[in-house]
Amino acid sequence: MATQHSRSAARMMMAPAVVLLLGWMLVPLCMTLYFSFKKYLPLRGGDLGWVGFDNYVRFVSSSSFWPSVYATLIIVGGVLAITVVLGVLLAILLDQPMWGQGIVRMLVIAPFFVMPTVSSLVWKNMFMDPNYGLLAYLWRFFGAEPVQWMSQASLPSIVMIVSWQWLPFATLILLTAIQSLDSEQLEASEMDGAPVISRFWHIILPHLSRAITVVILIQTIFLLSIFAEIFVTTGGAFGTKTLSYLIFQRVLESQNVGLGSAGGVYAIILANIVAIFLMRIVGKNLDN
Amino acid sequence: MARAVTPRRRLINTILAWSIGLLIFFPILWTILTSFKPEGQAIADPPLFLFFDWTLENYAIVQERSNYARYLTNSIIISVGSTLLGILVAVPAAWSMAFVPSKRTKNILMWMLSTKMLPAVGVLYPIYILFIKMSLLDSRLGLVIVIMLINLPIIIWMLYTYFKEIPAPILEAARMDGASLRNEILYVLTPMAIPGIASTILLNIILAWNEAFWTLNLTAAKAGPLTAFIASYSSPEGLFFAKLSAASTMAIAPILILGWFSQKQLVRGLTFGAVK
Repeated sequence: MATQHSRSAARMMMAPAVVLLLGWMLVPLCMTLYFSFKKYLPLRGGDLGWVGFDNYVRFVSSSSFWPSVYATLIIVGGVLAITVVLGVLLAILLDQPMWGQGIVRMLVIAPFFVMPTVSSLVWKNMFMDPNYGLLAYLWRFFGAEPVQWMSQASLPSIVMIVSWQWLPFATLILLTAIQSLDSEQLEASEMDGAPVISRFWHIILPHLSRAITVVILIQTIFLLSIFAEIFVTTGGAFGTKTLSYLIFQRVLESQNVGLGSAGGVYAIILANIVAIFLMRIVGKNLDN
Repeated sequence: MARAVTPRRRLINTILAWSIGLLIFFPILWTILTSFKPEGQAIADPPLFLFFDWTLENYAIVQERSNYARYLTNSIIISVGSTLLGILVAVPAAWSMAFVPSKRTKNILMWMLSTKMLPAVGVLYPIYILFIKMSLLDSRLGLVIVIMLINLPIIIWMLYTYFKEIPAPILEAARMDGASLRNEILYVLTPMAIPGIASTILLNIILAWNEAFWTLNLTAAKAGPLTAFIASYSSPEGLFFAKLSAASTMAIAPILILGWFSQKQLVRGLTFGAVK
């Protein structure tokens, strides 16, 4: 068993990590809180004094607040729906016996390794460009009028791009979970003549429920803060300004730090609500 | 694991899975192909798949125009530097939590994870202003530090789950034989932990390489890595699909290859051990 000596050594070894993370968390957090109660315009007068909860009220009552909530919900909800549904189907397919399984898996997970700025620009230009994009060519081939993706269907376009990036993540995790399913159980139900649909609902889906929850929670945390995908495509125009993009604009583009910081505090609270659920699952796993 | 199926069923599975796999991979394939086309043929109607005049000129142009090599160097320094620095801090911490756990270990682990959930945009201005004050803006050192910090919880968690799998009796035996703490870590633990440490390094280099919030907001011309290099192509400029493709291919190729090697660790690392 651990001795007194190794205990104090252990504490010392943990210290650098704990101190660094504590500083990383507390210093910026306190500064954001501090700024959020100030009227602070670095380029137009600097620190203009305390304003109480003014920034918090103004952030939610500004005309761009509700549209940004809407854009955030559509993007997060749309990407989650697409990646989870397709991810489950794809994971089941990839689990089937086939030739070249390893290669197919590599093809499927590849988009996850593409940096967000690359995937956004490749999609925006080479696929969604209304004149020269491949999709425009496809549309014309079938005699349809090409879509102005980034302006007329901006939110669906971003949902498509981000789903393409995150589908591999969902598939890979769900595939890992499916592979841990007892194949004897599946075979038994197959022999009993249980129809495919009922096998899916009663055996596979319940088995996957935990993995699906993990996928949803982790993706939500990342999706709430997607940035590059909007930055290099629409720059927040055409109704694609998400909550985090709105905060970014308030802070860095219009340099209204107080207002942006109040928004930042909202974002932190929102992320923490999601995080609590994720942590509960992870924590349970830690016990056994 | 292999379930017996009829050859016909196997064939159907294979065809279906390959079609979907190729469809998902297609944007990457198309980017790579387009990077070898002359600019005029990149927008040919109908699109050209393989029968075009293969050329390397786009790669030369991209390097010449925007100094790809410098961005690549920045990407390598930032991703490798932040990962190694993170490992240096994380190994002792993960070791002590895995082998000398106390009542608070679980809480500490959970707290570390919670720092990962902090939305970057919520602390953008503080970091920005601190960077200006410490003249770290647009410096590689600044990015190495920030990216090390955002990935530190993942590094610690991954190492912790790997270390947990090392059988404690072996370590105890070494201790019984009178090995000092230093020797125990150096000669007993490290050799067994190397595979885990290696996959942690691999996954975190990938994550750092693709990080695109801090790299875009905290760099300009000097310390910008490949994410920023590509972002400079966001305003269209005449014919540029082939050049964009060449730049994109150069930015993703190294990490795509690394990524394929780290598939398995990906799941463990990104779900904090919740799915294995």
